[in-house]
Amino acid sequence: MSLELRNVTKRVGADTYIYETNLVLADGSLNVLLGPTLAGKTTLMQLMAGLEKPTTGEVWFRGKNVTGVPVQKRNVSMVYQQFINYPNFSVRENIAAPLRVARMNEAEIDRRVMQAAEILRLTPMLDRRPSQLSGGQQQRTAIARAIVKDSDIILFDEPLANLDYKLREELRDELPKLFAQRNCIVVYATTEPAEALLFGGNTATLHEGRITQFCPTARGYRRPKDIVSARVFSDPPINTHAAVKVNGELTLVDGPQWSLGDGARDVPDGNYTIAIRPHHVTMKPVAANSATIEGRVLITELSGSESVIHFKVGNETWVSQSHGIHPVEVGAQARLHVDTDQILYYGPSEELVG
Amino acid sequence: MKKTFDNKAWFLVLPVFLMVLFNSLIPLMTVVNYSVQETFGNNEFFWSGTRWFEQVLHDRQFHESLMRQIIFTGLVLLIQIPLGLAIALCMPRKGPWVSVCLVLIALPLLVPWNVVGSMWNIMALPDIGLLGKAINGLGISFNYTRQPLAAWFTVVLMDVWHWTSLVVLLCYAGLVSIPDAYYQAAQVDGASRWSVFRYIQLPKLKHVLTIAILLRFMDSFMIYTEVIVLTGGGPGSTTKFLSIDLVQKALGGFDLGPAAAFSIVYFLIILFLSWLFYTLMMRGEAK
Repeated sequence: MSLELRNVTKRVGADTYIYETNLVLADGSLNVLLGPTLAGKTTLMQLMAGLEKPTTGEVWFRGKNVTGVPVQKRNVSMVYQQFINYPNFSVRENIAAPLRVARMNEAEIDRRVMQAAEILRLTPMLDRRPSQLSGGQQQRTAIARAIVKDSDIILFDEPLANLDYKLREELRDELPKLFAQRNCIVVYATTEPAEALLFGGNTATLHEGRITQFCPTARGYRRPKDIVSARVFSDPPINTHAAVKVNGELTLVDGPQWSLGDGARDVPDGNYTIAIRPHHVTMKPVAANSATIEGRVLITELSGSESVIHFKVGNETWVSQSHGIHPVEVGAQARLHVDTDQILYYGPSEELVG
Repeated sequence: MKKTFDNKAWFLVLPVFLMVLFNSLIPLMTVVNYSVQETFGNNEFFWSGTRWFEQVLHDRQFHESLMRQIIFTGLVLLIQIPLGLAIALCMPRKGPWVSVCLVLIALPLLVPWNVVGSMWNIMALPDIGLLGKAINGLGISFNYTRQPLAAWFTVVLMDVWHWTSLVVLLCYAGLVSIPDAYYQAAQVDGASRWSVFRYIQLPKLKHVLTIAILLRFMDSFMIYTEVIVLTGGGPGSTTKFLSIDLVQKALGGFDLGPAAAFSIVYFLIILFLSWLFYTLMMRGEAK
């Protein structure tokens, strides 16, 4: 009982938007599609919804082949990055629109609209037009329209991208609660790893038309199965460096030599590309097995609660993210502390070794 | 801190001011001058008050040409706006045909007005014109120099040919600016083609259509060149619109006073109708 993509590809002319993809989304699950712009998130959603037909492969839903069944005949709703509402309908009529198309009776429409408006805190604005609402309220209206009919699949295509910071935080907190109450498949596309982590569920990391990893969000974050997935699932960008491991010693190319602790016991000796997240590279030693790395500071960004420092080690640019404010001069030599237990080791074909 | 005042900025506005002065204010004031005075040449003027205005407003000829003008403009709007919108809806949004369509559609707009008049004049000739000959060939008697109905048909057809393109281009620009997501959202909701037009495209085109109607209203209300070349206001005075009437008064009769009053009334009618229309269309817009 689920939505399945079986060997689905999508090509338009000479361009391949989606390479062969297999994906199973369970009923009642929350699934995040995480990837940079142009990774294929929107195309994948359009294939799931039936807005686009796959070039090859099949889409199955609850045991039925629905490939080529148009979106009107599937029970799907969708929320977009732009705030899409009917411009000359009131908020009430906007929310009611999908129910009217389904020819539901008036009392039931009214009940459902009130309920959806209540959940999204739109009750006082029901008689206004979209043009009289703030961006956040417009997007709430669009979300209310998506949840008002009991869809089997609800697709969110970067719904918070066009909102300002404050409104985004607000909706970000509410959406997971909203998802938890429904027994449908929720698919949520975003470019931000933080949103995926906040929502939990499963995350599929996308890169250039391919799903690189699909698993429970926390696992995908902790153990990205290849370097591409690790890069997609890291903001600020994850640090990578070529290194050689011999007898519990790790030597970075054009970089320092570290004695590793017990964390890397199971990793065999050899050549690796190591990856480590910026928040495990800090101004002060915070971990039991800590090693130091030095580099020339390129950029520093200070926010109220943390400092982000970009620095150069050999040919690689590293990023460090520390709590508190640590002013450093651009161009100066900085000495940072790496939590060696958190290093991810990727083998020659970029697969995770340990 | 002491503020320093520098009035040199006024000199920067001076060129624009002079231009407006010479091409708008002074000519307009001349017309106002003529409209309230009587002159017999020699630069001698006598105050005549509102006499010319009264004369114009009570003039039967003026009433008739105003009536013809309103019917003509109404017809032209009724045909061009829906037709332009329909053509714009049919045009492709993407692909190699877009530029081909746009160039074809824009062609009539590039033809000078008097050339349009001569083209249709020749085309509608009952003996050698393509259109005139064809209509007569169908067994319908058609002669725009003799039959008022045929003259009106030709004039309206000519204007539709010449100006529908403008409506098409405006509507097309409006349609292209609607994000794809709107159409997808409507598709997801299960909306029909008609609903998409009625509840998405039409509301989104409201401003563009307002501009299109205003432009077409003002332009068609001032039509002169094409009609004077095609029919010269005939047969009789059946296609004598306001501007033709005005020119005949001013140049033909050299009645400068009444012609000036006529001009002002003409101008005020256009101004008032445009204002009325715009206010009605924009009523209920977000403050």
